[in-house]
Amino acid sequence: MNVLWEQFPVFRDGFLLTFQLSFLSAIGALLVGTLVAVLRISPVPPLRWLGTSYVNLFRNIPLTAVFVFVVVGLPLLGSSADFLKIPGLDQIFTRLGIDLPYFRFSIIALSLYTAAFVCEALRSGINAVPSGQAEAARSIGLTFTQNLRFIVLPQAWRAAIVPLGSVIIAMIKNSAIAGFMGLYGDLSSRGQELVSAGVNGVTYPLIPVFIAISLGFLIMTVPLGLLLDRIEKNRMVKAR
Amino acid sequence: MSRETSVLYDAPGPRAKRRTIILSVVIGLAAVALLYQFVYKPLDAKGQFSMVKWGPLIDPDNEYFDGVWDRLWVGAKATMQAAALAIVFSALVGLVLGVIRILLRAVSTRRYATLPPAVAYGLRGLTWVLNALTRVCVEFFRGIPVVITIFFAWQLLGGTFLPVVVGLVIYNGIVIAEIVRSGMEGVAKGQREAAESLGLSSLQTTRLILLPQAIRTMLPALISQIVVVLKDTALGGIIVAGYEELIATSRQVSQLLPQLAFDQELYNPLQFFTIVCLMFLVVNYALSKLAQYLERRLSTKADAKPVKVTSAAGTGV
Repeated sequence: MNVLWEQFPVFRDGFLLTFQLSFLSAIGALLVGTLVAVLRISPVPPLRWLGTSYVNLFRNIPLTAVFVFVVVGLPLLGSSADFLKIPGLDQIFTRLGIDLPYFRFSIIALSLYTAAFVCEALRSGINAVPSGQAEAARSIGLTFTQNLRFIVLPQAWRAAIVPLGSVIIAMIKNSAIAGFMGLYGDLSSRGQELVSAGVNGVTYPLIPVFIAISLGFLIMTVPLGLLLDRIEKNRMVKAR
Repeated sequence: MSRETSVLYDAPGPRAKRRTIILSVVIGLAAVALLYQFVYKPLDAKGQFSMVKWGPLIDPDNEYFDGVWDRLWVGAKATMQAAALAIVFSALVGLVLGVIRILLRAVSTRRYATLPPAVAYGLRGLTWVLNALTRVCVEFFRGIPVVITIFFAWQLLGGTFLPVVVGLVIYNGIVIAEIVRSGMEGVAKGQREAAESLGLSSLQTTRLILLPQAIRTMLPALISQIVVVLKDTALGGIIVAGYEELIATSRQVSQLLPQLAFDQELYNPLQFFTIVCLMFLVVNYALSKLAQYLERRLSTKADAKPVKVTSAAGTGV
């Protein structure tokens, strides 16, 4: 297990980058996913079709393909995702502002893909709101948007928090793909480097690196999972 | 669809209907215009819609058509083989692991009062250790990315096909074990109690009473897991050098074509990935629909609620 102490800065930086990537992608996925969910339940049929096809498309193709499309396709469209160089935000997340676009590409790919699952989680939350709530809102004359904003969504968020959490956990794990798709410096690319190319000419044995990299992910996924279990259990006790 | 969402808004009257139609047309036109301006035009300017790029994939008269589709077929076979092997072994591993975890839990309440104290404590200690061990393994491999598992399986085992299958089986086996476990825990409590009062052993109760009933409710979740496995074979393509599944093949052939033809115009990764995504889409969409259909059929029976796996695994992500 020497490698964990010897190369601790490498793992720490890798963890921090993976964390940043997951954090920003989670925000992106929640924003896009909420939008798609609203589209999916809107009263206007074309919007509904748009939302449904978005979900069906992204749910059924591999994340790898989404990554490839973003990494190959966006440069062809003449964009290196500069719109993500948000002033202020790129001071905190310095990787956002640099010229190499792979961090931004990874955020886009992860957000777009995860948004489909966020939409489904939200929809399951919306379905969990008793229909009497929406009917009561309608009967006192609230419009569709008011109904969603004041009555349904605030309650749906609460019911959706556990499925949303599992989607975010899955997304954190999926962020490891970025390291194989051009992003340099996150946990998975660092692990790859340590065992195959080596740091300063020294390669490290597989198992310790594997455990160290895994720890980096487990630090994020296990507490989140335990938290979700707890929330779920509390709910079940209350419901009884 | 309409049944579950229509509670959100009133049934449209004539005016609302008219407004909806107008709105639909406006939105449709706006979407087409936006797509044309920001997607079609830049792509067209780079010749992404030209027959030079699409020809090898969709024009049977093209000189590269046969070769390209031969390679794609090889890729598709590699994807399907890995996915099939992975799903079969995951199901086996998942079944065994799920049953073991259920049995361990059933055994953990036993006090072995008829045995001498030393043996009884030994057995109880053993169950505790096994329980903890399986729990730790499950949490560990469920909490780390499949990519990482596959990568290190590859570094450790070598080969091309084996590490992909092993990586997928480790992760999905555990996911399926959780599905199996929550499926069996979802079976009405009276079933187990009745079986035990008839004198069936823990293993018999699980095998004869719980599992057959649980399988029925687990089916949708299991089929959704096939979709996940199919998608995850693509991870093998980007990590394991030499494992030529659909994504890896597309990458390879799209880089090879311009060299063969001495023509950079033939470099067409986007076209390849579009075709490959369509393949994935057709198969996975059909499987998702099947899962949905089964879920609906099963949920009409009051006693058999489909398994909802809410923990970290099993969301299909």
